[in-house]
Amino acid sequence: MNENKKFRREPLTDTQLLMTITICIFVAMYLLAMLLLRGGFLHAQQVFDMLNDNASLIIVSCGLTIVMIGGGIDISVGAVTSLVVMSCILYLNNGGNIFVSILLALGIGVAFGLVHGFLVSYLEIQPFIVTLAGMFFARGLTTILSVNPQKVDHEGFAKLRDAKIVIPWLGYTAKNGNKVPARIELGVVVAFACVLLIFILLKYIKLGRNFYAMGGNQTSALMLGINVKRTRFISYVLSGLLSGISGYVFMMHTGAGNATNAAGMEMNAIASSIIGGTLLTGGVGNVVGTLFGTLTLTTIKKIVVSSGLNDPWWQSITTGGMLCFFILLQSVVLARRAKKKKS
Amino acid sequence: MQDTTLLQMRHINKVFPGVKALSDVDFTLRKGEIHALMGENGAGKSTLIKILTGVYGMDGGEIIVEGMNVSIHSPQDAQNKGISTVYQEITLCPNLTVAENMFIGREESTLVRHKFYEKRADEILEKLGIPARAAQQLGSCSLAVQQMVAIARAVDMECKVLILDEPTSSLDDKEVNMLFNLMRDLKKQGVGIIFVTHFLEQVYEVCDRITVLRNGELVGEYLIEDLPQVDLVAKMIGKELDELSDFGQIEEKQYDSKDIFYEAESLSSSDAMPFDFCIHKGEVNGFTGLLGSGRSESVRAIFGADKVTGGTVKIKGEDVKITKPVDAMKHGIGYLAEDRKRDGIIAELSVRENIILALQVMKGFFKPISRSEAEAFADEYIKVLNIKTASRETPVGSLSGGNQQKVILARWLLTHPDYLILDEPTRGIDVGTKLEIQKLVLKLAEDGVSVTFISSEVEEMLRTCSRLIVMRDRHVVGELKGQDLNQAQVMKTIAGGETQNEG
Repeated sequence: MNENKKFRREPLTDTQLLMTITICIFVAMYLLAMLLLRGGFLHAQQVFDMLNDNASLIIVSCGLTIVMIGGGIDISVGAVTSLVVMSCILYLNNGGNIFVSILLALGIGVAFGLVHGFLVSYLEIQPFIVTLAGMFFARGLTTILSVNPQKVDHEGFAKLRDAKIVIPWLGYTAKNGNKVPARIELGVVVAFACVLLIFILLKYIKLGRNFYAMGGNQTSALMLGINVKRTRFISYVLSGLLSGISGYVFMMHTGAGNATNAAGMEMNAIASSIIGGTLLTGGVGNVVGTLFGTLTLTTIKKIVVSSGLNDPWWQSITTGGMLCFFILLQSVVLARRAKKKKS
Repeated sequence: MQDTTLLQMRHINKVFPGVKALSDVDFTLRKGEIHALMGENGAGKSTLIKILTGVYGMDGGEIIVEGMNVSIHSPQDAQNKGISTVYQEITLCPNLTVAENMFIGREESTLVRHKFYEKRADEILEKLGIPARAAQQLGSCSLAVQQMVAIARAVDMECKVLILDEPTSSLDDKEVNMLFNLMRDLKKQGVGIIFVTHFLEQVYEVCDRITVLRNGELVGEYLIEDLPQVDLVAKMIGKELDELSDFGQIEEKQYDSKDIFYEAESLSSSDAMPFDFCIHKGEVNGFTGLLGSGRSESVRAIFGADKVTGGTVKIKGEDVKITKPVDAMKHGIGYLAEDRKRDGIIAELSVRENIILALQVMKGFFKPISRSEAEAFADEYIKVLNIKTASRETPVGSLSGGNQQKVILARWLLTHPDYLILDEPTRGIDVGTKLEIQKLVLKLAEDGVSVTFISSEVEEMLRTCSRLIVMRDRHVVGELKGQDLNQAQVMKTIAGGETQNEG
């Protein structure tokens, strides 16, 4: 042990520890896939595709991470995403304006967040019930808007949808000899911006630290002088806002909408957060972890498919197994830590 | 004379529905003193503290801080007025760092500058001699250090009045000493400290003055030198020593060591410190001590009601393991819980169902007691114990307290226990029923049942028990029998002084 106080490193906090584990496991898994499965995993585009396909999942997972750090849960995020997609498509197809459509998306998300936050924080109703109701409500509204699948038919939007960042040197040569450059959709940029902003919020802004305090021990947070009700309220509003952004990104990716869009997205988001090191009990978690949680989840699915296990149930089974594995790992690590402290 | 008065509470009154929690209580705290607030559970200590910290409003009286009349609306408000509280349960967030716990909720800017706060926190920790590092996660510190971090936070908020509410209950001796040194340092800096505890020795080690409350009333304020420990106990219980001297005595019975029914060696549980204990066949003994001294926790350990953590137990000379109530019941031990509402009675069920409950558990749920059998049992005990109930099918909740107690007693008698533990069986019931229960206890003993009896009323214990085990601060501090079984001796032993002095 280094006796000099200046050079002694503090042990990682629970949040940092769990996040580090996730990142290590993701890297190890990806390297293994590159070695054993080769194929697509050797191309940079594989990572970009994962990001392109899952930008909206990353965004809602961030929102969910905030809520979960505060000790709550929000299972409406998938349904709200779907509602946003459908509303924006119908608005754009009726000659809407791009700018207004973005506001519409954010507005719908925030509206849900406001209602959830109010019910959970000020009327003290169980968050699970409140957001379950919100989920059914949003699904219902989506179906009212349109039972049939809708495609965006809007010139301005088509440009936005097709806008991609192209990186030629990261591309690869296709089988027919054509050079295919690497492509990143705008949604990924939005997702990364969200991750970055929320990372800063959670780490360096008073409000963000209050989320942790509230999730760590609600009574204590109150005694420490934090306005717990308002803090909790804001966490749900943020989650709603991010669902709105997620919806728009989803639409930019698919360019079409369907009443069953983003079905089960909330569950994937919860899984991403947990794999990323967010504890359901609150107080511990980090959005960078969540980002890697989403990537881990997606990678395992890709690995399953690349291994030739094409039947859809394999993905669910491996996801379930993964989740179990991570939760076990987390509780073992934290329990060992608690034990070490005692001795 | 310089006015050093820091805080004055005058004529404080507080009424809860049906109970007068505080009536006309005065309390004065001076600068740079450590002032103990003493009283048994329910004496009004916590109510007074909660009024001072703004958790409760008061129904009458005034609070004066440094000569200014103030009204305190919330814990937040109290903090702003310089009154900080450190509670028994730590009210910090274990998932945050030490520094964050010291500064969260009172940062000036929206941006959290971790390095800046950590530097400041380290300075304060060093100044107060607290062995923690600012960047450390709070959950990785020991409970004592967490407690001290809470104090450091309070100190940094420039509190004038620091309330420590049972801060030592989960600390070991070394940690308590650390805490006391910190308290003495703060005292030198002119902070007024209100120290609430039920550890008598700690009061004498660190305090300057004592205010005693009893039943919501002020007994008095004393300088520590003027109030020996024995007198303090007398004040808390409300009996003067001379008036307690003699009382009818039970003749001492001689027991053969062969007759030992139950014997425990260094038995401990999650709530009870290790203790030795034995009881003979047909003996009535009792645990006594102030409320909170660990007497109930000890008998709960015997019954396996709390998680047993160590020790060996012998029944009739044979090693047995009792880790849960069913084990105890199978070995013929019955336990009448202290709080019958919470631990004993099932108010919605009928008298009959409550009576057969323990027997049913012992037989196992797959061998139901037939209805007619159950009715016969119920009728028998309703008669024997003279339970006043409309019928055996009346819900127990509608019976009077004394009769509820009898129903629980019937429940245990039905299992024909060899050893019955009665924790406060007579609390809150009328005098007539009390006497009935006392007689019953003596009769059971004659029939060869061993009984351990706990009561807050020492007279009652003296009337029924032939041996008293005295507890203080969660340790057994004495055992009285024969000649020593009188009020004065019990009081002296509870107060201690001549026995081991620790902490």
